[in-house]
Amino acid sequence: MSVLAIAEHRRGELRDVSFELATAGRELADATDGDLHLAVIGGEVGEFADRLDREGVDVVHTVDEGEEFNHDVYTQAVAALYDEVEPDVLLMPNSVNGLDYAPAVANRLSLPLVTDAIDIESDGVLSVTREKYGSKVETVVEVDADRAAVTVRPGEWPPAEGTNGADVREFDAEIDESAVRSTVTGFQEVGGGDVDITEAEVLVSVGRGIEEEENIALVEALADTLDATLSSSRPIVDNGWLPKNRQVGQSGKQVTPEVYIAIGISGAVQHVAGMKGAETIVAINTDPNAPIYDLADYGIVDDLFDVVPALIEAFGGEPPEV
Amino acid sequence: MKILIAVTEVAEVEDDFEIDGLAVAEQYLDYDLNEWDDYAIEAGVQLQEAGEDVEVVSVTIGPERSEETIRMGLAKGVDRAIRVWDDALEGEGQLGVETKADILAAVAEDEDPDLVLAGVQSNDDAFGATGVSLADEIGFEWAAVVNDLDLEPGGDVASVHRELEGGVEELTDVELPAVLTIQTGINEPRYASLRGIRQAQSKEIAPEDLADIGLDASVTESPITLTQLYEPETESDATVFEGSPDEEADQLADLLRDKGVVEG
Repeated sequence: MSVLAIAEHRRGELRDVSFELATAGRELADATDGDLHLAVIGGEVGEFADRLDREGVDVVHTVDEGEEFNHDVYTQAVAALYDEVEPDVLLMPNSVNGLDYAPAVANRLSLPLVTDAIDIESDGVLSVTREKYGSKVETVVEVDADRAAVTVRPGEWPPAEGTNGADVREFDAEIDESAVRSTVTGFQEVGGGDVDITEAEVLVSVGRGIEEEENIALVEALADTLDATLSSSRPIVDNGWLPKNRQVGQSGKQVTPEVYIAIGISGAVQHVAGMKGAETIVAINTDPNAPIYDLADYGIVDDLFDVVPALIEAFGGEPPEV
Repeated sequence: MKILIAVTEVAEVEDDFEIDGLAVAEQYLDYDLNEWDDYAIEAGVQLQEAGEDVEVVSVTIGPERSEETIRMGLAKGVDRAIRVWDDALEGEGQLGVETKADILAAVAEDEDPDLVLAGVQSNDDAFGATGVSLADEIGFEWAAVVNDLDLEPGGDVASVHRELEGGVEELTDVELPAVLTIQTGINEPRYASLRGIRQAQSKEIAPEDLADIGLDASVTESPITLTQLYEPETESDATVFEGSPDEEADQLADLLRDKGVVEG
């Protein structure tokens, strides 16, 4: 089984998922003694190709088109390269940019598409494991087709390492410029402000379980009592209850505090991506099956509205009325 | 200007549930408006309020039950709704990306919108692919994971921010007609007013089957088959503090003191 995987880069850096795709692709190719092709589109493709030449990669294709990601260019380039390589499986990252071109490529090539894979196997039939209902269940889908496209969840496979002496090939995708109808005009950092949660030693982080905006005061009081910094999961920022610079997660900040106290946070994969590097993780949540407990070192399965005031008092503080 | 909004009714699973074959048993499911679509509705209604002669139409693939969800959109300002369902879709369980895109494409071709808005993903299946697949199918431009939208009603370019990972946004200009997939947090979805809820009762929800939109049962054919559905094994090796809330808090306080991260 031959596999074509598409690397991802941004602002001059290959993203980790590129090397994870190489591992996932190699596993899949190995199942049938096939070849693994890795491709990089745009940017410093020569330099990227050197770095992508990791163990298990047979061929690195470079497509020298543009500096940064543009989905119109990527869609055309991947489709053209697919026709050239004719792989059995096309792997793309389940990243924000991956989801901005993978469905278009699959549609254009009439490939069945399975997104957000956390495991992929093949014994002649491709089986893809993915989650449903916010990680409460896992499903396995089988793809009964000769060819398929799959997007791979970042962080699920170890990155490929070493060097290999892969064959590096330049590919001219012959981009039709008239079909490029979107223009990337720049990038913007978000979440500045007076507090840098990535510097905090102790983070008290609040999630959807806090229920109402006025209840944030309770968690804020705990953070004050512990001389910790207040952070949050996405819904709190979406609701406008805390500013964007407090958001921990895939689209927020990646944090690595000594202690991370997750209060009323279920532990969605997007949140976990931002806090799994914490040294010690404490979870307070009423649901014993919440995914946050898969990661936590310590847990309290109880109502945060009872536990947090008690914790404030345990350090001599006075909890606010909420 | 016409804006078409793809609105999905999603199933949410209660904390405790049982699995029946290849599905979560029906009694543990609650149905609701997909969270991302609520933001898409708000984005559409805000564009409608900003300009004259802007019609906002929603389209939902769903059984009659989903009309309650559709009316939530109508109560928030959507002008009229289309609901596509068919016996051929019954019992299909999870519809594939291709099937949904084909159905929405057929509706879009009938409606001829200038702009299509959809949530980034649905919070049950979470494929995150329908909007972009639809765009390619109907030859529209697109942008995925939009968390800021600047578009003059009647304008021909949408300036959007796409929310990338790690606190970075990409600024992109997208030519219309386009499909935008909307990220949560782009706006603050309104609550339906009582007046809106009353008005929604008299707004049209047009039921259509596959034949009405020029399709047949072959649209449901998919090489992708669900073969397993199970609760993931817990990987937790967390030390769980037991007792009353006070006792639990005391144990956590001791831990934090032992770690030396907190004084007092």
